[in-house]
Amino acid sequence: MARVKNEARRALTWLGAIIVVLYGTLALGVVFGNASWTPNLALDLAGGREIVLAPVLADGAEQTIDQADLDQAVDIIRRRIDASGVAEAEISTQGQNIVVALPGNPSEETVDLVRQSAQLQFRPVLVSGSPLPTTTSDASASATPEPSASPSADETAEPAGSATPEPSASASADAATPAEGTDPSSLEWITEDVQAKYDALDCTAAENLSGVTPGDPALADVACDQDGLAKYIMGPVEMDGTDVATATSGPEYNSAGTLTGRYEVRLELTNDGAKKFADTTGRIKDFESPRDQFAMVLDGVVISAPAVSTTITGGQASITGNFTQESAEQLANQLKFGALPMTLEVQSEQQISATLGADQLQKGLIAGAIGLLLVVIYSLIQYRALGFVTVGSLVIAGAITYGLIALLSWVIGYRLSLAGVAGLIVAIGVTADSFIVYFERVRDELREGRSLQAAIDHGWRRARRTILASDAINVLAAVVLYLLAVGGVRGFAFTLGLTTLVDVLVVFLFTHPILMLMGKRPFFARGHKWSGLDPRQLGRDTMYKGRGRIVTGQPTLAERKAAAAGIVAPAAAATATDTDDDARPEGEETR
Amino acid sequence: MKLNLAEWGNKLHSGEKTYPIVAQRKRWFIVSGVLVALSLVALFTKGLNAGIDFVGGTEFRVTETSITEPAEAQAVIEELAPDATARVTILGDNDVRIQIGVVDIETGREITSALAEAYDVPEDQVSFTQIGPTWGASVGKAAVQSLIVFLVLVGIVMSLYFRAWRMAVAALVALAHDLIITVGVYALIGFEVTPASVIGFLTILGYSLYDTVVVFDKIRENTQHLTSQHRYTYDELANLGLNQTLVRSINTSVVALLPVSAILFIGSFLLGAGTLKDISLALFVGMAVGTYSSIFVATPVEVALRDYEPKIVEHTRQVLALRASGETDVAISDTGDVRVGAVNRGSHQGAAAQPKRKKRKA
Repeated sequence: MARVKNEARRALTWLGAIIVVLYGTLALGVVFGNASWTPNLALDLAGGREIVLAPVLADGAEQTIDQADLDQAVDIIRRRIDASGVAEAEISTQGQNIVVALPGNPSEETVDLVRQSAQLQFRPVLVSGSPLPTTTSDASASATPEPSASPSADETAEPAGSATPEPSASASADAATPAEGTDPSSLEWITEDVQAKYDALDCTAAENLSGVTPGDPALADVACDQDGLAKYIMGPVEMDGTDVATATSGPEYNSAGTLTGRYEVRLELTNDGAKKFADTTGRIKDFESPRDQFAMVLDGVVISAPAVSTTITGGQASITGNFTQESAEQLANQLKFGALPMTLEVQSEQQISATLGADQLQKGLIAGAIGLLLVVIYSLIQYRALGFVTVGSLVIAGAITYGLIALLSWVIGYRLSLAGVAGLIVAIGVTADSFIVYFERVRDELREGRSLQAAIDHGWRRARRTILASDAINVLAAVVLYLLAVGGVRGFAFTLGLTTLVDVLVVFLFTHPILMLMGKRPFFARGHKWSGLDPRQLGRDTMYKGRGRIVTGQPTLAERKAAAAGIVAPAAAATATDTDDDARPEGEETR
Repeated sequence: MKLNLAEWGNKLHSGEKTYPIVAQRKRWFIVSGVLVALSLVALFTKGLNAGIDFVGGTEFRVTETSITEPAEAQAVIEELAPDATARVTILGDNDVRIQIGVVDIETGREITSALAEAYDVPEDQVSFTQIGPTWGASVGKAAVQSLIVFLVLVGIVMSLYFRAWRMAVAALVALAHDLIITVGVYALIGFEVTPASVIGFLTILGYSLYDTVVVFDKIRENTQHLTSQHRYTYDELANLGLNQTLVRSINTSVVALLPVSAILFIGSFLLGAGTLKDISLALFVGMAVGTYSSIFVATPVEVALRDYEPKIVEHTRQVLALRASGETDVAISDTGDVRVGAVNRGSHQGAAAQPKRKKRKA
């Protein structure tokens, strides 16, 4: 029987290893990372505001909203929230919706930031310079920025593909910009106000890198480069998102049609946009740097400011520069997003006060403790000493689940919600169920007349199937719920699925090995009446003996012999019983 | 009590005591049929009391206030949102919940401040939830979608696991039965249905199947060598399996219901309405119905379906013919009931099954 012991010990060693690795990783995370020993709490427990937004296209829009657009919207909201200084905001997409979770009681301004929609604008660059604020305001010098400070001309825009540059009516540029009759590229736009704003602008500060409310489209404005590497003064808006049809990115080809090894962003404009763009490019192509650049401003930040060398007609432009595949794709996505006539509509808004959250967590934990206690009491009554195996298994399952949740909240940012807590409590019952299925199986085998060792062996093989099948169904339910449902349901499905997996682990690596080991102890092997596995209580004296006969309380041959011996020498029999282990069930032929 | 339950279990296991659940299946079908019909009637006449999460609306919740007068809230709502009818409930000892229809965000903010003032608490102790009608509809749609996907998947998994479509069908029938009755109870009593209740409904599905799988596993084991013996019919062996798992069903149900009752108790009496109460109420009703259905619906339906299978019909005919001829070796009681026992032949259990000699005989 060394085999049984080895098997059991190996399983228990594995379990120990898993727990050590789990908590070891968590400890490493706590010491060296930003993990914590307690799981992160979701808004309904920690308090805070949750806003669900749905993107809504303007009527008659032909575009569709795809995942890239949603990601872009999330990215923009995240930049805005980060810039506003709110820590630990969580922004995610669920299906077609965007869920923004803000901790605490955020100000109304912060909440409004989330809802405000992002605008794409095209403005001619007038001045560009170093991102740091200029301390000495020198009005005359700023009109002619030092060329060294201009980080610009690394990106250029040129006609895409076959679109041949034709010198078109660039003279009409002035007529096309009626704003006060001034050329949008004119340095006259730089008023003292604008200059002061430009001087003060600090593009190394996070709040200036996102969510900046764009200035009046008809006037000049200042903005930072999205990476905070430069700042610009720009003329009035000449085109906006509605003029862009779409944008794509891909490898760059030269005029001979061979790959250059670089990447480009292809901008496709609408008919109106193409006309406006031809005017703009025709006007600015001959200016000196940086006035030959036009800035694309998304959400108040310059996402690209390519220089133009030819007039671009036909509505197809290609932006080239030091793009990597990723940066080209990002810019294309940003432009495409800016072209969407999309607004974000608030679907639901929820503010949970911190006191309510704390209260609910506390009451939830109390409910869990009561539930656990009831299960423990019931299994001790039902299974006596075996009940302690249930308790031990539940404790182990609890420890693993807690560790996993703490670890997951560090690794994947999982947050425990009230629904999740409910899932954990419900799981107590489901986990204990699998032990019951197993124990009852073993009892069945004992009833059929097997020895405890054989009953555990046999019972396990059959219970295993049942436990795996039922757990598989629970996991299936959890996965379906998690994938399809929204909001709180997911938190519940997550913990339910997690605890079901932990249940399988514990049954295989703890409950069964422990029972195998315990089956070797005389207390259980001989079926002490408090062991919960007493064959007498399990009716081994009323057994089905095959061929339709039931043997009820009929003494076995050995018992009859013992009884006969007892009549002859009652004293001897009495001593024999006394010296015997108490655990020996009466009527058992153990010798 | 313990001893009695164990003894009862022993008798059920050996077949000494049997409840003729399968034989009396018509009776249980009628009971279930009536319950399902009542539930459907309640569902279609009264309908469900859908929470604001599904129909849209606004809910405010003032926590830890010393003033628990609904009138204060009524006054605030009347002033700021005169068109809305407010439903004010006092939850627990010191929480007030106010539910009104859809209002715009700005009004919501004003009401929040006004409520904080009226109930003399800081503004951050006022929680609110605003749900747009479209969002509510999409939440409901998602719930129905996951229900359908889950049912289809479960049908496939069960068919694969039992390699018998009749068992899958029976399990799904039991599932539908549980779901309809639970929803019916909700409609009849008028409990509010929230996303949390939907979580509860969906979990019931998993739980109901869990119970059914345990019973079906035993039945399958009992009927594995059905055609190689002619003592018992399929009906009788299925009924034996059902009785043998009765103690297990009761134990698992009690153990599963205990934590749920704990949440329900805490949720209802200490917290008032909320996620905990909604989930546990649905679970409590559903689990109770689920236990009933795994015993009285799933197996009888499975047997009823099986009885149409030619192989089973033929086997049953043979068994009964043998019994009529008196050549069968089954035990038949005085009342004419057949004593159904284990059908699996005994086998040698190996040396491990033999009792160990610990000491030399004195």
